[in-house]
Amino acid sequence: MKNFMNNLFGKKNRGRTFSFLMVIAVYIFVEVLTHSFRVSRLFTSLLVPTCCYIVLGLSLNLVVGFSGELSLGHAGFMAVGAFSAVVVSGLTSSIIANDIIRLIISIIAGSIISGLFGLIISVPVLKLSGDYLAIVTLAFGQIIKSIINNIYLGYDANGMQFSFVTNTLNLENGKMLLSGPMGATDTAKISNFTSGSILILITLFILYSLINSKYGRAIMAARDNRIAAESIGINVSKTKTLAFVTSAVLAGASGALYALNYSTLQPAKFDFNTSILVLVYVVFGGLGNINGTIIATTILYILPELLRSLQDYRMLIYAIVLIVVMQMTNSSKLKQFVESIRNKFFKKGEKA
Amino acid sequence: MNPVLEVKNLGIDFGGLTAVNNLNLVVNENEIVGLIGPNGAGKTTVFNMLTKVYQPSRGEIYLDGKSTEKMDTVQVNMAGIARTFQNIRLFGNLSVIDNVKVAMNNHHKYSVADAIFHTGKRNNNEKQITKKAEDLLEIFNLLDKKDIEASSLPYGAQRRLEIARALATDPKVLLLDEPAAGMNPQETDELMQTIRFVRDKFNICVLLIEHDMSLVMNICERIYVLNYGTLLAKGSPDDIKNDPKVIKAYLGD
Repeated sequence: MKNFMNNLFGKKNRGRTFSFLMVIAVYIFVEVLTHSFRVSRLFTSLLVPTCCYIVLGLSLNLVVGFSGELSLGHAGFMAVGAFSAVVVSGLTSSIIANDIIRLIISIIAGSIISGLFGLIISVPVLKLSGDYLAIVTLAFGQIIKSIINNIYLGYDANGMQFSFVTNTLNLENGKMLLSGPMGATDTAKISNFTSGSILILITLFILYSLINSKYGRAIMAARDNRIAAESIGINVSKTKTLAFVTSAVLAGASGALYALNYSTLQPAKFDFNTSILVLVYVVFGGLGNINGTIIATTILYILPELLRSLQDYRMLIYAIVLIVVMQMTNSSKLKQFVESIRNKFFKKGEKA
Repeated sequence: MNPVLEVKNLGIDFGGLTAVNNLNLVVNENEIVGLIGPNGAGKTTVFNMLTKVYQPSRGEIYLDGKSTEKMDTVQVNMAGIARTFQNIRLFGNLSVIDNVKVAMNNHHKYSVADAIFHTGKRNNNEKQITKKAEDLLEIFNLLDKKDIEASSLPYGAQRRLEIARALATDPKVLLLDEPAAGMNPQETDELMQTIRFVRDKFNICVLLIEHDMSLVMNICERIYVLNYGTLLAKGSPDDIKNDPKVIKAYLGD
């Protein structure tokens, strides 16, 4: 029993316990809120995307924070996951009636395909480092977006049809899955806040398990000092590939969840700005800081949306908030304050 | 005595500059051997060639009779050569114990799936890793600091942690690059005892670069002297102490 408590609240594992408790608490709070009060449609419409961006932020943190490589193309992996999921969900809609099973299959398919893309591009990409790596991942994101922009895919009784660049599909009573720049149209909306929260929990579980294993230590060692890592027998490129592919898998899952929350989705949604936005969340929450990523993503994603009514001023306010938070998180007084609260909170936990 | 590490006619050129040439060197089983020489003699370059940070231009390196010609840094370490660095290279953001744990990756195999699903195999391996790491930290007097960040350790403790990390890879040969640099006389004394203790306990041989002559003369059984990239002298500490060529190289005419 003591061992178990130590496992949950020991100094090393506090952060992990806090992550899970925080997500579960927020989930329960939001569920109660939406079921017992009338909440605005804006609020409910933000729930699933927030979950998606949290998962995407966590996956990017694995590459940027833990592995120490700058990736500017994570929206590309999200796009791969998103449109793979749309296709899989569309194709299986007549076979699998149960939405939940179809959602799970779509997410798994989205993450596997995104992971494969991650594996393929990690081979040339991880030979580079620093700015060069950033440029290549940036290009990857743009290329993926452009390719999906030109795919026409549909199916009818005769099977699947596909064309590239121009729409030459000739469907008889069939259904378009991807129609070029229009993207996915008429997708069944099968993801919801519950599945989003579960995906966050799964992502957290995978991340923490990986980080607290020999693989996580190797990833961080390779980041801290490449030469020393090699000198103790760590294969640095293999290690970085592992981080990159795991990250691509999680980004794919987030994309799948995202796509299945909308009936229409254009590839333009996953452009460079999205990659940068998520990078901002990660840097803001702190590199290698999982709880920071979750909190920063939630605040920074919801804030601009809430400021939508102030249309003209919202980017201004957003910028001011960014600067203020950066200044504050740098102040040692504020850090001490947060630390003292944290100590109080967790001392109770240890006694229990 | 069996030679564990054998270096034959080793040499390397950087552009037109010959940094090391015609080096022959042997380290026998259970031996502590010193590699000394004035600044810029090429001592660290020799270590970098032994660990394949640099690919030698000429010559052969044999570990337990096997050539390391086709190996890279990672493979050389897996074959049994571990090292420390002159300018300390710890994993600064990892905890002290994680710095040691990470060096055992090649001896404790479990898959990524094992790691994610917390299988028994993973837990058993992690238990063994933790136990071994704690034992090593105990030897180097670092156990009470195991959870702090490596970069916040004092200088001498960082050097000891580097040795512990190198030992965690279970090497046959341990290369120490100026292990006593920046240590006070008392720390140096303790370090000497630790090196001897480790040599006996793990049954390894040690090749060390050092400028602290009291340490070198005290614990090394044989000494090689390098000057301008070539071997100037070799022999027992007493021979070296009284060798006029060595005295000249260090002090000038």
